[in-house]
Amino acid sequence: MEPLKIADEIKEQFPDEVLDIREFRGQVAVTVKKARIVELCRYLHDEPSLFFDFPADLFGIDYLGKKENRFAVAYNLYSIRHRHRIVLKAEVAEASPVIDSVLPVWAGVNWHERECFDLFGITFTGHPDLRRILLPEGWEGYPLRKDYPLKGPGPDQEWPGFVDVLDRAEQYKKYEWHG
Amino acid sequence: MDNLFDDTETTFETKQLTVSLGPQHPATHGVLRLDLDLNGETVVKCTPYVGYLHRGIEKLGENKTYFAALPLSDRLDYISSMNNNVGYVNAVEKLFGIEAPERAKFIRTMVAEMGRLSSHIVWLGTHVLDIGATTPFLLAMTAREKILDLFEILCGARLTVSYPRIGGVRNDISQQFLDELYAFVLDFPSRMDDYETLVTENRIWKERTVDVGIISAEEAINWGLTGGTLRGSGVDYDVRKYAPYDAYDKVDFKVPVGVKGDCYDRYLVRVGEMREANKIIQQCIENLPAGPVMAEAPKFTLPPKDLVMKDMEHLIHQFILITKGPTVAEGEVYVGTEVPKGELGFYFISDGTGKPYRMRVRAPSFVHASVMPRLCEGGLLADVIANIGTIDIVLGECDR
Amino acid sequence: MGLITSPTALSLVEAEEGTKILAPNIVITSFDKVINWARVSSLWPMTFGLACCAIEMMAVYASHNDLDRMGIIPRGSPRQSDFMFVAGTVTKKMSEVVRRVYDQMPEPRYVISVGSCANSGGIFNTYSTVQGCDTFLPVDVYIPGCPPRPEAFIEGIIKLQEKMMREQFHWSRWR
Repeated sequence: MEPLKIADEIKEQFPDEVLDIREFRGQVAVTVKKARIVELCRYLHDEPSLFFDFPADLFGIDYLGKKENRFAVAYNLYSIRHRHRIVLKAEVAEASPVIDSVLPVWAGVNWHERECFDLFGITFTGHPDLRRILLPEGWEGYPLRKDYPLKGPGPDQEWPGFVDVLDRAEQYKKYEWHG
Repeated sequence: MDNLFDDTETTFETKQLTVSLGPQHPATHGVLRLDLDLNGETVVKCTPYVGYLHRGIEKLGENKTYFAALPLSDRLDYISSMNNNVGYVNAVEKLFGIEAPERAKFIRTMVAEMGRLSSHIVWLGTHVLDIGATTPFLLAMTAREKILDLFEILCGARLTVSYPRIGGVRNDISQQFLDELYAFVLDFPSRMDDYETLVTENRIWKERTVDVGIISAEEAINWGLTGGTLRGSGVDYDVRKYAPYDAYDKVDFKVPVGVKGDCYDRYLVRVGEMREANKIIQQCIENLPAGPVMAEAPKFTLPPKDLVMKDMEHLIHQFILITKGPTVAEGEVYVGTEVPKGELGFYFISDGTGKPYRMRVRAPSFVHASVMPRLCEGGLLADVIANIGTIDIVLGECDR
Repeated sequence: MGLITSPTALSLVEAEEGTKILAPNIVITSFDKVINWARVSSLWPMTFGLACCAIEMMAVYASHNDLDRMGIIPRGSPRQSDFMFVAGTVTKKMSEVVRRVYDQMPEPRYVISVGSCANSGGIFNTYSTVQGCDTFLPVDVYIPGCPPRPEAFIEGIIKLQEKMMREQFHWSRWR
């Protein structure tokens, strides 16, 4: 099915949810509200003419200063049966970075949601195991946010685990077997 | 003593044991860590930990121009950096709205399939090595060295090549390269026969892999698996066929598909893929068209170096492109390509400047690593190693 | 090393009928040199790959370049290793593990830092990457490259062997 027709179908089914439909180079991104995202995804997954069975990707976007709602969670969905693709973007406000987990619909988004939590600080309600995944436990801040510096917050706000390693290296120097 | 082996009367209860496998373990293919709760030899619970190689490639990509971020894609899946480059440049070309010339497309297809061969050789060698056979590893690495030597003739680098460029490829290929590659291609099926003689019908190999780590087609799609891991379950999903890029619509190849979805089927699929990749390379050499290797799009591609040295206008052009980056239309694109591990996708969000606003890498290894608990739980400890080998993960891509 | 033989140098004596052997002789050397010679001839590295450089490290171990001929056999346990390749990007999360592996190795132990990332952080100057593994490990040899070629690996090992041959004071208490 043509991507714009899919977008129209979503708009027909969920008229209040769809905020914006954008096409660029033959690909369509539909911006939606976050409230009924699980219902929307369930519809996309179950409807036989759409049948988005393959969760290609799920990731966060930070529109710092560009949009009213700072964050967005993008769902990149593909249908292996019908060979069509659509990108959903659910807007998430900075004040309450919370969205429902779509894990009941696709098992494959499990780690993607954890990663989004890890790097953007967006909480997925209903996710059974929401922990940091790429960064170690105890890390401060969310690195893929636009206001997080590329080189980290600086040596005085270093991750405690690495400070510990440096301390240990210093401490063990006296046991090194130099001649 | 008669009923020593009769376990109907007494059942053995063992204490549950937690074993940490990795991140420093020879069989975890890098720095994957698995926490395994064991009851005897049965895995009760498997918790993977990744992120030991999280280098911040996505964040770094947002801080570099489109040209400067190309070498980052080499370091994603470092076994097949050529395929990552091809995926990256395809995504950026779609964002820019330019197209590479025909010859460049054929060259890219050819080198990408060479990358696939070299990656699958490493997969075959290490997978079989983990299960316990050393010979195929040593045999297979000789063929890989040959491919790496060819890469060296092509662009000077062995592993991190950065050979494809936005709008084409860096330099045209030489006749020496073509001759040596053709000789290699003609020789490769006999090498494959050697490996298959050692492994495919080997009884120990079959005992270790048949009916291990079964995943059904529906479940595999629901988990988002791609590549050989998905096709082993019988799903005929290959990006090269579903959404052809480069010259894949002009070459003839089959997509091997498994039946049961166990480790052995995934092995057969990948071995079949190696033979098909060899055929694609042969077709690319035979049908290689003549012409330029860089697109005529001065706003988006770097000018040739000899002109930059001689001509003021080209020098200014190069300077602006390198420092500020090209002016790109606002929008977002996703392009998925079939790399040896699965579907590698790049999602670019452009805000009109020379740097991507958001660069998202859809890494197949990340998804494949997440399916480890599903494959391992309920199986034996020894099968965990077979499962790690069969899903073919690279942690550089998984952690980014 | 020196060789002392009987005044009639390298003369042959008849051990039994029909069999002639070299006359009894003495080799004179220092303990340091013998032990160092033995150590450099069978260096056992820790099998420990982190990133891209680990793939090139595999290529060095495998058939084409073959480190076995230098007496180098990869070991799976730090307790049995003489030196460690830090092959690849060291992230902050991984630094803990690298340090622990190093701490488990018995003395005398050596570290070879492989590739730009381990040497200096390389192109990954980001929040999660350690800028050079020498911030928390004593490094003996640095191998440049991204990743280094197999020849560079072998050169690095030869450099380490040269360094070990020059060592004197480790063994002085038994001299």
